[in-house]
Amino acid sequence: MKTAALQIRTPEGIVFSQLLAGPVTRFLAWFVDVLCIGCVLKILGSVLLLLQILSPDLARALYTVGYFLVSIGYAIACEWAWRGQTLGKKLFRLRVVDAEGLRLQFNQIVTRNLLRFVDSLPAFYLVGGITSLLNPACQRLGDLAANTIVIRNPRLSQPDLEQLLPGKFNSLRQYPHLAARLRQRVFPAEAALAAQAVLRRDELEPLSRVELFASLAAHFRAKVEFPPEAIDGITDEQYLRNVIDILYRTRTDARMERVAVS
Amino acid sequence: MIIDLQRFVSSERSRWVELERTLDKLEAEPNFRMTLVELQRFHLLYERTAADLAKIITFSSEPETRRYLENLVARGYGELHETRERQRRIFPLKWFFQILPQTFRRHIRAFWMSLAITLVGCAFGGFAIAFDPGSKSALMPFSHLQQDPSKRVAEEERATEDRLSGQKTSFSAFLMTHNIKVSIFTLALGMTWGIGTIILLFYNGIMVGAIAVDYVRAGQLKFLLGWLLPHGVVEIPAILIAGQAGLVMALALIGWGKRIPLKVRLRRVSGDLVTLMFGVGVLLVWAGFVEAFLSQYHEPIIPYTAKIVFGLVELILLVVFLSKSGSSSNRSLAEEGPPRSPAREPHP
Repeated sequence: MKTAALQIRTPEGIVFSQLLAGPVTRFLAWFVDVLCIGCVLKILGSVLLLLQILSPDLARALYTVGYFLVSIGYAIACEWAWRGQTLGKKLFRLRVVDAEGLRLQFNQIVTRNLLRFVDSLPAFYLVGGITSLLNPACQRLGDLAANTIVIRNPRLSQPDLEQLLPGKFNSLRQYPHLAARLRQRVFPAEAALAAQAVLRRDELEPLSRVELFASLAAHFRAKVEFPPEAIDGITDEQYLRNVIDILYRTRTDARMERVAVS
Repeated sequence: MIIDLQRFVSSERSRWVELERTLDKLEAEPNFRMTLVELQRFHLLYERTAADLAKIITFSSEPETRRYLENLVARGYGELHETRERQRRIFPLKWFFQILPQTFRRHIRAFWMSLAITLVGCAFGGFAIAFDPGSKSALMPFSHLQQDPSKRVAEEERATEDRLSGQKTSFSAFLMTHNIKVSIFTLALGMTWGIGTIILLFYNGIMVGAIAVDYVRAGQLKFLLGWLLPHGVVEIPAILIAGQAGLVMALALIGWGKRIPLKVRLRRVSGDLVTLMFGVGVLLVWAGFVEAFLSQYHEPIIPYTAKIVFGLVELILLVVFLSKSGSSSNRSLAEEGPPRSPAREPHP
């Protein structure tokens, strides 16, 4: 079973997760790197054109060596200098890290990059792509040998709260201790799911929307029980909006908003 | 746990920033060493941040804070729990004269396996060309090797002009890069449980054996030695060492009779593989120079005897280098007693 994240438990009992990069994102990052290598070689070729006037033999030799060093050394140098990132990986917010969460070593960087020779067989990283699809930690052969993984650091964006919560009274906020408990019990993925459901409400069939909001509201009601006076008379959708307001909008934001309204 | 997020973040932020600054410094300056007080402070900051992460981990309203703390804890964990020696300054001479030959000798069994596979290939190639001379085109896919050896020798010795004139340096660069690529491939195929490495070594052996028997049968032994020895005594061992590295990787992958996990086995040989491959690179750069600037010149320009002697001297130096170099430092380490377990050394 493929997991999207690798969980590492420290001896202190703290668990942190590393989101794994999939083969497609990695392939795109590699494509950007190929373009970068092409640019560097183009520049090298232009510089050596001048040398060709003096010694065509030496210019050809330098280009051959330069081509070899750039094509093999680009990823090694970048990953070593930028702690596991090349330009392509930077662009797609990917990073090579040790599979155990330890410090990435130079040996590991060299090993994973030398094994590209096998991973890229027969063309377009077919061997590496298939291996990473089959591997639970999305590792290609080079990663397996070097004991590395490629993780992604997605840009986290808050949902558009203004669109979700157009300044309505939130009865759940009257019970700050229950609101705090709700924040504590809801997982980030659940909160994101609720936010997405409300954001995409107009894309849903009316009947499906009612069913979806009813099941989501029931799910969040089971997390924390608010008193009847806080939830009586409000629809499932409004309940869900109030829950999202609690989860995403901090107390300071809400206070500032109230001040602005008054 | 119910916490006041605003107060929590504002009260803890200064410690997170301090930890981040320390981590940045550790990562940017590989030679930076902490004092005991700094180390204790670093440990305290890490523990506090890890505890903060445990508190905040389920808070949906703070995904960025959680991600930030996870990142800090992950980096701190890597620095604190790493037991491998940190790579500090590079000493090229020490690496070449001590670490490389020591690494080679540590995996000598894999080298003998690599040599044996190549020799079996040589025998196969030699027998094939002796019993079926028509198989030459299949065994030696290079145009200059297809013609009759005696005819080629006569042509080479008759030549009055330098056919490599104006292209020696580029030819040399081509040889170096091509051979290094083949070596990397030989290493990398170790990930096929060694099958790919064995096939490449065997095929390489077939070519060498076929060429040797072809020239010996034509009575051109002296030319063969004069042509191949100057660069071959370095180039062929370099390919054998690449095969050795591939087989080391394959043995770690298979892990016969070892009750340690695959990750640990591969981690243990990772540094040695890189050392061997850099060594192969150095040897092949030398072989590339010799092949382009010396091996391609024959009598009457350079006497065969001189080339053969040159090749033999290289071979002796290489054998002495690989078998003896760095042994004194090994002995002095043995006299000092067993090395301390890196896991017990304080880090960073």
